Amino acid sequence: MTQRIPVAVTVNGTTHRREVEPRLLLSDFIRHELGLTGTHVGCEHGVCGACTIRLDGAAVRSCLIFAVQADGHAISTVEGLAPERGRLSVLQQAFQDAHGLQCGYCTPGILMTVSAFLEDNPQPSEAEVRHALSGNLCRCTGYQHIVDAVLLAAQRLREAG
Amino acid sequence: METRHVGRPVTRNEDPRLLTGRALFVDDVELPGLLHAAFLRSPHGHADILGIDTAAAKARPGVVAVITAEDLGEYWQPGPLLVPPPPIPGMTFRQRCQVPLARGVVRHLGEPVAMVVAESRYVAEDAVGDIVVDYAPKPVVGGLEGAVAPGAPRVHDDLPDNIAAEVVQRKGDYAAARARAAHVVRRRFLYDRGASIPMETRGIVASWDAKADRLTVWDTTQAPVVIRNGLAAMLGLSERQVRVVAPFIGGGFGPKMMMFYPEEVLVPWIALRLERPVKWIEDRLEHFVATTHERSQIHEAEIALDADGRILGVRDDFLMDTGAYNPYGLTVPLNSQCTLLNCYDVPAYESRFRAIYTNRTLVTPYRGAGRQHGIFVMERLLDAAAREIGLDRVEIRRRNLIPPGAFPYRNEVIYQDFAPLTYDSGNYGPILDKALKAIGAEGFAQEKAAARAEGRHLGLGVVCYVEGTGIGPYEGAKVRVQSSGKVTLATGIGTQGQGHFTAFAQVVAEQLGVDVRDVEVTTGDTDQFDWGVGTFASRGAVVAGAASHEAAKAVRAKILKAAAEHFECAEADLEIADGKVAIAGVPEKHVTLGTLARMANPLRGAVKPGTEPGLEATSYFGPEMGATAAGVHAMVIEIDPDTLRLDILRYVVVHDCGTVLNPLILAGQIQGGVAQGIGNAFFEQLAWTEEGQLLNASLADYLIPTALDVPRMELLHTVTPSPLNPLGTKGAGEGGAIPVGALFAQAIEDALDLPARGIEITEIPLSPSRLWEIVHGGD
Repeated sequence: MTQRIPVAVTVNGTTHRREVEPRLLLSDFIRHELGLTGTHVGCEHGVCGACTIRLDGAAVRSCLIFAVQADGHAISTVEGLAPERGRLSVLQQAFQDAHGLQCGYCTPGILMTVSAFLEDNPQPSEAEVRHALSGNLCRCTGYQHIVDAVLLAAQRLREAG
Repeated sequence: METRHVGRPVTRNEDPRLLTGRALFVDDVELPGLLHAAFLRSPHGHADILGIDTAAAKARPGVVAVITAEDLGEYWQPGPLLVPPPPIPGMTFRQRCQVPLARGVVRHLGEPVAMVVAESRYVAEDAVGDIVVDYAPKPVVGGLEGAVAPGAPRVHDDLPDNIAAEVVQRKGDYAAARARAAHVVRRRFLYDRGASIPMETRGIVASWDAKADRLTVWDTTQAPVVIRNGLAAMLGLSERQVRVVAPFIGGGFGPKMMMFYPEEVLVPWIALRLERPVKWIEDRLEHFVATTHERSQIHEAEIALDADGRILGVRDDFLMDTGAYNPYGLTVPLNSQCTLLNCYDVPAYESRFRAIYTNRTLVTPYRGAGRQHGIFVMERLLDAAAREIGLDRVEIRRRNLIPPGAFPYRNEVIYQDFAPLTYDSGNYGPILDKALKAIGAEGFAQEKAAARAEGRHLGLGVVCYVEGTGIGPYEGAKVRVQSSGKVTLATGIGTQGQGHFTAFAQVVAEQLGVDVRDVEVTTGDTDQFDWGVGTFASRGAVVAGAASHEAAKAVRAKILKAAAEHFECAEADLEIADGKVAIAGVPEKHVTLGTLARMANPLRGAVKPGTEPGLEATSYFGPEMGATAAGVHAMVIEIDPDTLRLDILRYVVVHDCGTVLNPLILAGQIQGGVAQGIGNAFFEQLAWTEEGQLLNASLADYLIPTALDVPRMELLHTVTPSPLNPLGTKGAGEGGAIPVGALFAQAIEDALDLPARGIEITEIPLSPSRLWEIVHGGD
């Protein structure tokens, strides 16, 4: 029978223990083992960025990591962004206000990329925002409203101190 | 009409779900006992299948079924013709539709040969690798001109050649026009293949509930009702027994309108047979070869003009690559043929196209759907003609614009909606003026000269386009006031990011005096609304929007009638606002919509004969023909003459799509369209080998634009309402993408002064390397 390996992964503050095949992608683990389907899969070869999560704070592509490699690590996903049910985070609200999404498929990955980016660079220029977004593909928006949303979120976060 | 909601930049109702990871996409559907399908696909462009050995796959633990064409029995049928050709006299149309699994022959890379169903996708993929197929490769039909050369290999052995269709359409007398022309300009144009690449690939989940005797299918389709009807027919079920849900869809752009894809035929069938739910999600490699493409055409075109540069006529003869099968009929080439006429007064037109079978992935509409080819040809012809005549490129366009008094303007040729192409309304001059002003055309010559003095190469592009939108046949909508006072709207079209949950809610809120947030929209679930056609041809806002408007108006009438009875007053004395009906001038005399809804659905007592319960109405809208939007794109680029790296310095879109429902959503549609146009013009090209292999079937190799590649754009509008629907709307989904190829070609020629060097750009897509070849005389 297929070998199974125990893993313990903390996702959005909750620790999950499972036994998984060593070949199981972290993206599949998050989506189909844990049922956190907000993380999307767009290419499974590390280009599109739809599956971006944060692993110990860093924005990474969950399709390029095996679940067993995440053992003992802390992950956050799009489901962990909002402060409470029925409310949006400052970043999420900025995306709604600036119409920063259309089909919304790439959006969770973009939110995770940007949430890490704004922690590193709270006062970015438009050029820096575009550079930060360049590893996340969006086919609907033409990016302009996404860039606007990120700049709006950065401004609101700064104003909120 | 009082506009409290329509026309405002309302942020979207659907966003909180999408932003928090709570929106349901097809791959999010999890069911007890779910099985997973994977497909073995042809590794050849064209080959006979001599044998298939599935024994090892069937023996693998975890495998539940391995299906080949032989196992399908009577269920094996070529897919239905989705779009029959319109009745054009003298045309040839040879239908060959895709099959669920290849039987005896594979005709394109990625064509499904076998389906494996297993306990996990991982095991299913393992088992796909266990299947051994004995192929005998055959000569591949690749390039368009090779496909029609004498003695060319044939895609379909039972046809005499590779011609799938031949259509000639005429307006006026081109030969006579040409005979009296002062100038005739003739060129050959090439527009190559690209792919739509939605970020979500295709997927389908099917579940048979034996106790309910019903099949439920979640499908990434743009046309759930049509899929429901077709599946019921194929599976021998009544339509009531099939529910198709197109939940949130991660981008469509046309190829998710194609049907029936083989997987859509097979996954529900096997779920029914196994009586277990089955899921298949396309991976990105599969997407590149199994989801439809678009674009390859070669045009031989000429334009005849008088001495002043007025168009006397246009003649065009083009080949169009339709791929290995043609279930989508003539939609794409007809769009090219008709849209070529653009916004100009063209008195004579003669156009022939031949759609050609090739050993490549099927071709069906992708955003623009052939319109950009026609625009490319016309705009490039005008640029060449302007040079020959010695006219400014803007002036030649201005002289030929259809004047505002000439609408409805009849182009006579039959369009994709089966009706003679007629432009419903338009006023093109102000669009051009606005674009020229915004891009700074007047001072551009100086700007260019100043930059050149510094060694920088700037170029300006200005092109015009029209967009045939909002075609029939119809859509419907059901509006109901809930007992909570909130309002529901259900419509049959699917949604792939166009903001339907908000734009339609605005239309309904406008009539019923409720908050946009209190209108809950359902799209794409055949249990909620089961009449409809689909989301394509920029028709959602026009056709389903109009149906929503009509249904809301009918509910408004019921509300007023019920309230008038309640207050024993005249309807004219009532006002609807803030979720309440009040007697005008007596705001304390009011009743909420929720109360009226409950009163309209009594549990006891007598009602008047003929009374319908509830505050609900269903309406349908079918326009007599499509509405024609128009616009101008203008762009200033800088290009490095050595590396041919291109930077867009300014980009202006002026667009006229009639009444605007939501300017925020409209801006998103246009910006996204331009981004896809930029990809099409300068990044994206599917690279095929002569053997029918695709060399760049990954997102690492097929480059779609990133945030670094798409510029900030300035969007401006003019409004010429359509007379064809009650809201005056025209579609806007595709306009952003349509003129961009022509725009790039013109701006690059300008920046590098190519015409002075005897070089013209007559092809799309370009890239720095292809441009280098063109500039240096390579081929």
